[in-house]
Amino acid sequence: MRRNPYLRALGLVLMLALPLVLAGCSSALLDPKGEIGQEQRTLILTAFGLMQIVVVPVIVLTLAFAWRYRKGNKDATYAPDWHHSTKIEAVVWFIPCVIIVFLALLTWYTSHSLDPHKPLEAEEGQNEPMVIEAVSLDWKWLFIYPEQGIATVNELAFPEDTPVRFRVTSGSVMNSFFIPQLGSQIYAMAGMDNDVHLIAEEQGVYRGRSTNYSGAGFADMYFDAHVGSQEDFDNWVAQVREAPDTLTFPEEYYELAKPTEGHFIKYFSDISSSLYENIIKSFHAGGQHSEQMAQYADAYAEGFGNGESAKGDEPQTYGESMSAEAAE
Amino acid sequence: MFGKLSLDDIPIHEPILVVTFLAIALGGLVVVGAITYFKKWGYLWREWLTSIDHKKLGIMYFIVALVMLLRGFADAFMMRSQLAMASAGSEGFLPPHHYDQIFTAHGVIMIFFVAMPMVIGLMNLVVPLQIGARDVAFPFLNNLSFWLFAAGVILVNVSLFVGEFATTGWLAYVPLSGIDYSPGVGVDYWIWALQISGIGTTLTGINFFVTIIKMRTKGMKMFHMPIFTWTSLCANVLIIASFPILTATIAFLTLDRYLGTHFFTTDMGGNMMMYVNLIWAWGHPEVYILILPAFGVFSEVIATFARKRLFGYGTMVWATVAITILSFIVWLHHFFTMGAGANVNAFFGIMTMIIAIPTGVKVFNWLFTMYRGRLEFTSPVLWTIGFIITFTLGGMTGVMLSVPAANFVLHNSLFVIAHFHNVIIGGVVFGMMAGLTYWFPKAFGFTLNEKWGKRSFWCWLVGFYLAFMPLYVLSFYGAVRRMQSYEDGSWQPLMLIAWLGAVTILCGIVCTLIQVFVSIRDRKQNQDLTGDPWDARTLEWATASPPQFYNFAHLPEVNSVDAFWEMKQKNGGTAPKPKAPYKDIHMPKNTWEAPVMGAFSTVLGFALVWHIWWLAIVSGIAIFATFMARIFNNDVDYYVPAAEVERIEREVQKRAEMQA
Repeated sequence: MRRNPYLRALGLVLMLALPLVLAGCSSALLDPKGEIGQEQRTLILTAFGLMQIVVVPVIVLTLAFAWRYRKGNKDATYAPDWHHSTKIEAVVWFIPCVIIVFLALLTWYTSHSLDPHKPLEAEEGQNEPMVIEAVSLDWKWLFIYPEQGIATVNELAFPEDTPVRFRVTSGSVMNSFFIPQLGSQIYAMAGMDNDVHLIAEEQGVYRGRSTNYSGAGFADMYFDAHVGSQEDFDNWVAQVREAPDTLTFPEEYYELAKPTEGHFIKYFSDISSSLYENIIKSFHAGGQHSEQMAQYADAYAEGFGNGESAKGDEPQTYGESMSAEAAE
Repeated sequence: MFGKLSLDDIPIHEPILVVTFLAIALGGLVVVGAITYFKKWGYLWREWLTSIDHKKLGIMYFIVALVMLLRGFADAFMMRSQLAMASAGSEGFLPPHHYDQIFTAHGVIMIFFVAMPMVIGLMNLVVPLQIGARDVAFPFLNNLSFWLFAAGVILVNVSLFVGEFATTGWLAYVPLSGIDYSPGVGVDYWIWALQISGIGTTLTGINFFVTIIKMRTKGMKMFHMPIFTWTSLCANVLIIASFPILTATIAFLTLDRYLGTHFFTTDMGGNMMMYVNLIWAWGHPEVYILILPAFGVFSEVIATFARKRLFGYGTMVWATVAITILSFIVWLHHFFTMGAGANVNAFFGIMTMIIAIPTGVKVFNWLFTMYRGRLEFTSPVLWTIGFIITFTLGGMTGVMLSVPAANFVLHNSLFVIAHFHNVIIGGVVFGMMAGLTYWFPKAFGFTLNEKWGKRSFWCWLVGFYLAFMPLYVLSFYGAVRRMQSYEDGSWQPLMLIAWLGAVTILCGIVCTLIQVFVSIRDRKQNQDLTGDPWDARTLEWATASPPQFYNFAHLPEVNSVDAFWEMKQKNGGTAPKPKAPYKDIHMPKNTWEAPVMGAFSTVLGFALVWHIWWLAIVSGIAIFATFMARIFNNDVDYYVPAAEVERIEREVQKRAEMQA
């Protein structure tokens, strides 16, 4: 029986696929915690579903035709010179075209409705929008709260039901700012002011990270976003304000910009005004950035990622993070 | 004297590298010793290294590609092993510096030094035969292309043992690849390996474009060309149009790194996103350079083994042309997350999904070629069916990625990795394996062992699904590419399944090696003296296997698609034999200049990587001088006398009759 290997392979693939599909259901992207993420989940599932109209018949027909018209089957019609049918060709152009028209409309619509730059309006019962500025450095995230006048490294907090405008830039190479459970990511690029608007509609701790490879310490460029009530957030801000460190530009900022490997958390109780803008401007100031970073040239020349970093140390955090109960 | 190079750059403290080096050095010594012992240096030089015979060059491309496949796969296996271990705080066995070089090398090697030479190797072997030509348009350039490609291969491999390779990812995005963030020689190895081999690729593109346009045999109109030739033509158009972009982009990066210019730097007016745009303006057509010829292989295979004309030849051609054009206006989909405006993103998203239409049509055409055919389940057919199913899934995930708003959560995740392995393994690798099996008897005169071929197929198929389906799932948990370790321990089981997949693919590769060994051992039983072991349809089967060095005693005359099939039908089902009188045949002579230029290019690349300026100047002058020697060499062609042709033809026919 020549049929067996095909069926066996098909069965194997299906058996493997099933638990994978089931496992996917509770994942970050399929269990989003904010409006943007939810719409993106719907979009992914819709696109996936639409394409099944072609994918399933193609796979079934491939196996069916291959088997039906196998060499050994003398019952099947054999038409060695049959090579054209206007009807069939019309159908095989028409069906993909129709599906792509639908997908294109969906693409046009969602590219605008889910444009990362589009501000989120605060709906009824939601807080007024706030701004957080994210700066990727080698290899950590600096988060600046311009309205609160504080900053942190590798820890985010904001209240639930609050549209947040993340302004995103880089003080180093390119990274990408992404909190999977909340939705869209955006590139962090030196000298450029990018932004993404996100909202969390449920309390919790959401893991975020850089998704764009940026060098030796890249794997540790993750952070937690703590989403709690307004009160939780206010307490957290108060806690940060008690931290001994401050972040002035350019002196203390360029100390922080020193390349580090391994994950750690740090709070800054006070920051220079327009810190974020100054970081961007440093790339448009006739080489200010390069001059400042020249002090680390030896470190870069020596290289990183030889397994000698302080990785595995307890992340130093200033007190328990804001919402232990929210994390439950 | 030695520029930046010092003894410290030899990584004797890395046990993996030392062992690898010893293994390669031992293997190399055995090969060199054997060649010397059997006194084969002259034969090697005359018959292979200096050969301008497109068939031999095709074989050499394929041999290098298979060797590099082993290297690229070793990288892949180390990556999968690392990720199966480095979970939840564990460091695995590869520190980031090592791991980052491995994933960079894996990407570079698999695309530039495995997939490309396989595609170009097949084009070399098959295209001139399919169009009824005696060689390519520029035989010297063809040999030079090979040696420039080989120079790139050598540089990448030297970087293993002298210095380091880039830790930037296969496309070396700035600013990470800039001199500030990557001061080492890794990126320079990347630059010169790609730059030198890229020039070879551009020359190949021009060569085959002209060959197909100008050297088709009598009566063969464009719309009589076999589909593999059509897809090769389109791939070569893409090479001509896109590789100069790569060359220019790398040249700018080189200036930034070597002379301190500011094309792509973060400050002083440089624009790093310009680099990303340019590299993908080349990079996207590049994937079609790889996949289009694979589509061509499947078209030939399915028509031959279904014993039926290809369904919808015209649509197939137009679909190929449409893909060729569209491939140039989709590059931005590789970085929607840059934050371009909604209109720009929507445009590139929609353009991308439009490519799914001609691709879908092709799939249906293959389906309807099987329909009402008599399909024989040979291993090339298995690869083809495996391809149709796997590639359809990969195409689907590709369309998902092309929706910008969905891309914002899928970009840079393992979803992307799973997607492009889905289409590159399912498309290019399966295609090249099908092509290798299909045309092997044409190149060597005996068929490959079917049993081991099928085993290889099942291992690759199952291995692919095991290795990459878990990555699709992991991407939904926020797993991203290029992570040396991950803190979420719940990913580990899926990473282990992916590792098992890599083991299964390893079995597939081993099966292929055994297949080649067994086939050579049993070559007497598998011998093909007819030149047409599959009862095929196109001109390459109209001559002996392996073909005489001049391919055809008389250039065939064509007036339809599937020309050879028609010849056989008119001749009562058998191939017509060439008859006397023969004419003198005009052929090109071998070239010593091209391999010498390739050798000096390797030295030049090495010297530039290490800033050994005097050596760079010396080798540069040597390349120029050799080139001049070639230009002023008028003794580049000769005539094979008619009597000699007659003698060779009679011998071929006698062998065939003896077997019959």
